[in-house]
Amino acid sequence: MADNLISLDNLKIGETGVVSKILMSGIDRRRIFDLGFTPNTKIEALHKSPCGDLVAYFIRGVVIALRKDDTKNIIINI
Amino acid sequence: MSNNLDDYISIALAGNPNVGKSTIFNSLTGLKQHTGNWTGKTISSAVGYYNHNGKKYKIVDVPGTYSLLSNSKDEEVARDYICFEDNDIIVVVVDATAIERNLNLVLQILELNKKVIICVNLIDEAEKKKIIIDLDELSLYLGVPVVATNARNKYGIKDLKDTIESVITNERKIFHIKHNYDSDILKAVSIIESGIKNKINNINIDIHWLALRLIDKNSSFNNSLNNYLGYDIIKLLDKELSELEEFLKDNNLTYESMRDKIVTSIVSRSEEIYNSCVCLGDCCYDRKDRKIDKILTSKRFGIPIMLLFLGLIFWITIFGANFPSELLSKGLFFIEDKLSELFINIGINDIVKGIFIDGIYRTVAWIVSVMLPPMAIFFPLFTLLEDLGYLPRIAFNLDTLFKKSGTHGKQSLSMCMGYIIL
Repeated sequence: MADNLISLDNLKIGETGVVSKILMSGIDRRRIFDLGFTPNTKIEALHKSPCGDLVAYFIRGVVIALRKDDTKNIIINI
Repeated sequence: MSNNLDDYISIALAGNPNVGKSTIFNSLTGLKQHTGNWTGKTISSAVGYYNHNGKKYKIVDVPGTYSLLSNSKDEEVARDYICFEDNDIIVVVVDATAIERNLNLVLQILELNKKVIICVNLIDEAEKKKIIIDLDELSLYLGVPVVATNARNKYGIKDLKDTIESVITNERKIFHIKHNYDSDILKAVSIIESGIKNKINNINIDIHWLALRLIDKNSSFNNSLNNYLGYDIIKLLDKELSELEEFLKDNNLTYESMRDKIVTSIVSRSEEIYNSCVCLGDCCYDRKDRKIDKILTSKRFGIPIMLLFLGLIFWITIFGANFPSELLSKGLFFIEDKLSELFINIGINDIVKGIFIDGIYRTVAWIVSVMLPPMAIFFPLFTLLEDLGYLPRIAFNLDTLFKKSGTHGKQSLSMCMGYIIL
């Protein structure tokens, strides 16, 4: 299967991908891992906040909203 | 297990934020502590007491946290309390509708090798969503008792108390199931573990767990640990830690990759347990929720609906408060007149009367009649929004605005309260 890697902020609403790599370091990295964003986890973009920056994602049975600052550092495979 | 000086059995109540921990706390203690939906609500831990079958229990509501490994400032309080307090038992409250995510914290706490009970709360919510949880299976996987509760209507609370008792009296055994890490982690752990065994005797913490945390090189954790132990364990294990460094280098590993492995391993285990113990009767159980979410946070309707909601609440609060306010002030000033008469009749001099009646009483009466009714209306209404789960949606809608001012969308709650008090 050919990899098609993009950062999470480029995932379109309603589409799904699989977490491939986390580019953060330190405490942010741990946090994002702890929230279940580990490699090979399926993730779906649900909806955007009215003002734009926040996006709600469905991952491991829960909905988590992330800002673009974080999602641009999460690489997924679609 | 040692009891407290005053013979209380001490319980730590831990769990993720928003799992109804405070409601469990209230049902156990009968204490009316306000429960809320925000992370870090329980900033300074609440303490309560209850009796059960002739034994006295002291229970501490630990701030909600997602993990013992990654922490914001207020989560450090939780971590330190869970890891280093000598509690007789830890009750971990989990959200029945989000078991998988909650298991992450559960597995981390189980690693401590302490007495633990899992309390699966909001079980009726799960039933509504047709999420079926095999509690016995879950208990087998985790090695500790699992109790289902629904704290809002007190379902399962007696069962929880009985289970706590049976674990305290060792009637029910806890099985410590060691988490299965890969060989790199285990090797690294064994280096540190042997150091601890050789150099430190008489330590009150599970050595395997301690070694796992030490290879993590988390300075905030290490500080807390040193504080707890009363000496610098890092210095003491100097030789082993450099041996670890050597080992990492030889095997092309970094502290970061080790951390990733540890967290990933626990998260995967959570997934595994979840898949074995939880069955979704309806694969689209949250379709309705999602649809509502989509409207509540949409570009077109999100903000108007929010303004409408908040406006309605303000309107009800302000106009609804008028009538009771008036009634209260009438009543209180009627009493003031009577008191004045009484003071005059028994011949108390004007200065004293001035201080007590015209000064203190009147001020208090004003404040009570103006402030009490709006608060009595506003807070229950807000609690209703909270219970409906609408507040996180407000935070979601407003986050960008708040981010610009350097805060979180969460702050909108505090701001609303501020308006009302103004």
